[in-house]
Amino acid sequence: MRKFKYGFLLASLLLGGSLQAQEQWSEDMGHLDDLNNKTTATFKTTRVATGHSVEQCKAGVLDFRVNHRFGRISDGFSSFFGLDDAVTRIGADYGITDYLMVGAGRSTLNKEYDAFAKVKILGQAKKKSPVTVNYLAGVYVVAEKYPVNDVPFINRFSYAHQLLVARKITEKLSIQLMPTFMHFNRTALPSESDNMFSMGIAGRYKLGKRLALTAEYYYTPESMKRAGNVNPLTIGLDIETGGHVFQVFLSNARGLSERSLFTNTISQWQEGQIHFGFNISRVFTLY
Amino acid sequence: MRIIYSVIAGVLLLSWSAVTYAQDYMTRKGQVQFSSSTSAELIEATNNDVAAKLSAAGGKGLFIIPIKSFRFKKALMQEHFNENYMESDKYPKATYDFTVTDIETVDFTRPARYSVRTKGTMTIKNVKHDIEVPGYIVVADDKTIRIEADFSVVPAEYNIVIPKMMENKIAGSIRIKVNSSLNK
Repeated sequence: MRKFKYGFLLASLLLGGSLQAQEQWSEDMGHLDDLNNKTTATFKTTRVATGHSVEQCKAGVLDFRVNHRFGRISDGFSSFFGLDDAVTRIGADYGITDYLMVGAGRSTLNKEYDAFAKVKILGQAKKKSPVTVNYLAGVYVVAEKYPVNDVPFINRFSYAHQLLVARKITEKLSIQLMPTFMHFNRTALPSESDNMFSMGIAGRYKLGKRLALTAEYYYTPESMKRAGNVNPLTIGLDIETGGHVFQVFLSNARGLSERSLFTNTISQWQEGQIHFGFNISRVFTLY
Repeated sequence: MRIIYSVIAGVLLLSWSAVTYAQDYMTRKGQVQFSSSTSAELIEATNNDVAAKLSAAGGKGLFIIPIKSFRFKKALMQEHFNENYMESDKYPKATYDFTVTDIETVDFTRPARYSVRTKGTMTIKNVKHDIEVPGYIVVADDKTIRIEADFSVVPAEYNIVIPKMMENKIAGSIRIKVNSSLNK
């Protein structure tokens, strides 16, 4: 019996030796699984429409963005279907690391300044995580003169906290949920609460390699909606041309920030009050 | 019983020594670079995750190139390379399965730079082409060789579609440079 044991030990040592030798090289590239299992390009760019997607600016990448939303198409020929009546946001985003990006911009609507930071918390990967999760923190300052007496400067601030949870379901289809919390230092009406919660849902369906259909919708409970506002729904196309991404939209929202989406969306799809708009993104690699 | 175990042990010992003393050089950290040069844009990428092996005995060899391991200077280029051109989720690796046709001219015991010819099958995006690639085997010492090659591939032959508007930015012929150290 002892001999059996020694024989077995010797055999397993030798077997181990031969297995080890084989492991040095095989056609199976299993050691690269981590890299190959990582999901990339859930969305074409860092925004779905007005709101953010789970995509990040990579480290050292500067993304210059110009966004436009026009007046109502239903206003007809006198305003050239809304084109006379544009709101514009000019901004820039920058990737500090692959997981952290910051950005700032200025929008003509309410003379609003905004800044944000977005962090990637979790990346979708086979066998590891079914979803990508990012956290967005935004701050918004309204510089427009209020119709009534001026308020303390700090009252012009509002804040957004948002989780972006996305899954690339197939190569073509990605779905994203955006639970959003907003705090307003000042509300338009005293009866409105300072805090609000909204649930966003967005999607992307690739029609071709460089063309994708997108949609973005936020549902805010009636009790928390800002006076006169309706839920914003935007349908768009992402068109990619090398270093540029063009996004064109039809939307009932004119706002160009998270704050603005919840405080400036008064048009209604069912009334034909639709706005045309677009985002242009141009990336520069700084290092 | 004892005889049976001795036989098993003997067979295992033999197979172990066969692996150890085989004339195979191999690596998983080989380097392959490519560049595309047009008047409008220079695109370069480097891959340091290449698996390669070469048998000194028969001259048979294999390169396995994991597509997602190509590193570009511009992150967006890397994304477009994987998403739009190579579809690396669907086709994660490219391979070159080859034979060094004049392996007998290489003296693996004498350090030198030997010019060789290879003949084999290049597979990119599941498209196979029989090609011939000249290169060098540099014998560094009794444990290490380096494989060097500099050649071109035509993306269109491997189902890599370059749209009209990118034709001035992406060359119709891509230069590939191989520089990989293999160990016994």
